[in-house]
Amino acid sequence: MASTASSNTLTKRTSNPVLARIARLAFLIAIDVAVIWFLNRLVSFGYYPLAAAVLAILVLVNVVLLRQEAYPVRWMIIGLVLMSLFTIYPILFTVWVAFTNYGEGHLITKEQAIDQLMNQKYLPEEGKAYSWTAFRSPDGEYALWLKDADGNGYLALPEEPLTQPQPGQEGLGEFDDRGIPVTIEGYQRLNAIVAATDRNLSNILFGEEGTTIQVRSPSEAAELLPLYIYDSDQDAMINQETGLVYFNRNGTFITLDGRSLRPGFVATIGFSNFREFFLSPALRGPLVRIVSWNFGFAFFSLLFNFGLGLAIAIMFNEPDFPFKKLIRSLLIIPYTIPALITILIWRGMLNPELGVISRMLQTWIGWSPPWFTDQWWAKIAILIVNLWLSYPYFMLICSGALQSIPDDIYAAAQVDGANAWQKFSKITLPLLLVAVGPLLIASFSFNFNNFNLIYLFNTGGPPMAGTPTPAGHTDILISYVYNLAFSGARGINYGFASAITIIIFFIVGAITLFQFRYTRMWEEVSENV
Amino acid sequence: MSNMTAVQRFRGSASAQRRFSTGVRLVIALILIFFSIFPILWVISASINPTGSLATQTLIPANPGLGNYRELLTSQQFPFWTWFGNSLKIATITAVLSLSITTIAAYAFSRFRFRGRTTMLKAILLIQVFPSLLTLVAVFLMFSQIGDILPFLGLNKHSSLILVYLGGAMGVNIWLMKGFLDTVPRDIDESAMVEGATDWQIFTRLILPLLRPILIVIFILNYITTYGEFVLARVILKSSDQYTLMLGLQIFTQAQFAQRWGVFAAGALLGALPIMIIYLILQDQIVGGLTTGAVKG
Repeated sequence: MASTASSNTLTKRTSNPVLARIARLAFLIAIDVAVIWFLNRLVSFGYYPLAAAVLAILVLVNVVLLRQEAYPVRWMIIGLVLMSLFTIYPILFTVWVAFTNYGEGHLITKEQAIDQLMNQKYLPEEGKAYSWTAFRSPDGEYALWLKDADGNGYLALPEEPLTQPQPGQEGLGEFDDRGIPVTIEGYQRLNAIVAATDRNLSNILFGEEGTTIQVRSPSEAAELLPLYIYDSDQDAMINQETGLVYFNRNGTFITLDGRSLRPGFVATIGFSNFREFFLSPALRGPLVRIVSWNFGFAFFSLLFNFGLGLAIAIMFNEPDFPFKKLIRSLLIIPYTIPALITILIWRGMLNPELGVISRMLQTWIGWSPPWFTDQWWAKIAILIVNLWLSYPYFMLICSGALQSIPDDIYAAAQVDGANAWQKFSKITLPLLLVAVGPLLIASFSFNFNNFNLIYLFNTGGPPMAGTPTPAGHTDILISYVYNLAFSGARGINYGFASAITIIIFFIVGAITLFQFRYTRMWEEVSENV
Repeated sequence: MSNMTAVQRFRGSASAQRRFSTGVRLVIALILIFFSIFPILWVISASINPTGSLATQTLIPANPGLGNYRELLTSQQFPFWTWFGNSLKIATITAVLSLSITTIAAYAFSRFRFRGRTTMLKAILLIQVFPSLLTLVAVFLMFSQIGDILPFLGLNKHSSLILVYLGGAMGVNIWLMKGFLDTVPRDIDESAMVEGATDWQIFTRLILPLLRPILIVIFILNYITTYGEFVLARVILKSSDQYTLMLGLQIFTQAQFAQRWGVFAAGALLGALPIMIIYLILQDQIVGGLTTGAVKG
């Protein structure tokens, strides 16, 4: 919808400048009105970060549509808006989270946490008290008649405000000589002994939120008081019953001897998450293994997939090779299937008791590898599946690149007496790498974060023993991060997960920068030819 | 070999050697073909195996039948047509819109010179590098917040999922598309501009027709990527009637992988078939796109 509207204004821009300007202004005003209404709603819900992002985008759209020198940017404004909202804003949010303790027990704001804690009540041992008389309905509902020290009478029902009715109101009967109603309609008055031995009674909260009254002893009922009070000078919660002081430390209220309150809240904790990644002794073991397998997986995947793809491409490179087209069509079949389906199929085929490959190996050699329970076989299985998934891609790009290598180079090499290996290593490979090099680097970064394969095949298993957070032997960083952020097996730690995401970003970013340089070099090379 | 006196004999043995090597290569080709289609054959066999469980499956089933397909197409737990329809709808809308957005933006990057142009191009590349998996939490929170205000853009809505896909559209293919546009000579634009054509007219009437081959490739690759995506779909879509086929297959296998293997196989085959057909028909065009840097997700 937005797409056609802005396109129209662009068409008219040069054909009739005045009309186009008016159309554009009208369009812009309509958008502004709608978005400002939306912003207002966002603020009233308290969604401030999202509101800030939407506001920033709105300002960008206005600048671009109003200023003449931003004309080229108008061509890409829809893409930019979508990218800002659905890619950049989530990234910034993740970066912020990396410097917080966001996670299990720390999901809400400080105000919300203080509110929740202040809502906790306790029954004071001392303080303002009422004498009470209990009434019970046939279906087990209770009512209390309370009298304070000045002799005022109150009717207290669960979850309803206290009232001061006179006889005849609210179903009250006549008062007796002590000012207590003899009857309440629908309830039966309990005598003091029955009431004192009724175990339910002391657990019921009477009155509404804020003035809650509970039976404290056979003679007294008292109003509940907030258990914690926030002291802004010390930035601490003080327990009114015990007097303990819980100081705010990085999003948790905690006493000096280490007793903490739940819930905590989201707080910025500086570089702690990053420090933990690099320095925590408990995490070092699993992290070193995960990182080395991550690089190993990406490297060996590239080596095998590219190797097989290149070998096939070279083997069938002759233009008049029989059935060439048919062979290629059959060989790219693995590539044509959505990866998710392929991975699930392989999971079925390698299933230790039931899968076809395991059963075939059982029948033929009496043994089949423990594909899912042994870490090395699991790694091999993943490399095999990835080989099946990706060798057709490399076969296709290599055969494309091979055809672009001019034949006369080989003829010249033939004259010079080069053998097949020399021709391959001195001519084919270098020229090929110039052409497909950037794609190889891209493929390396793709595999470095190949979450789908690891997660769908065996969710990173088999699990490592004795790690502080869940980790598996075939986990790569991104799947490890996924477990930290989403699985919640031992507590979600979204802050730490985000910190690792940023570390991954720097690794892959460095690889991409390298690729970028390489690509530019490649362009310069081809310009010089 | 360079011995001139043996030229005659060398020629004879060369052609024999050649025939031998072609034979060897054909045998290797057969082995490779077996490697590449064995899983497919096995899934076909599973899908027509009436016992339907992973344990009892043999490569050539005893009493082949279409029971699994019948169960698949009528089952309540596996509403294949709903999921398949959702997938086609989402992939089609995403691919069309994403292609339009990318092409128009790439045209501006290729033809106009403006301040911040290279910075923007590099920034888009950098943003693309960020592992988007973790931003899922932010995306999830964002849609639950937007949904409070605009219910048609909340969680469990196809429109939300399409918007997220479109948010990543520019990053994926803008460099590829700009590269192609750069190869279209600027003389074409300039002569049209002399005749008084507007930028938009040049773009739609002159440039777009020239781009048709690469547009088809990018459209198909976009389509296939969206069709196969499941992580974002999993975060946003909550109820079974909204699932895409990939999400449905993944969740289906989590619950009852080994027992309902036959039904899964039938669903997987029917789900993979449209994409396989597109690939095999258009393989030449797709190969052209791949060698220039398009990546299948």
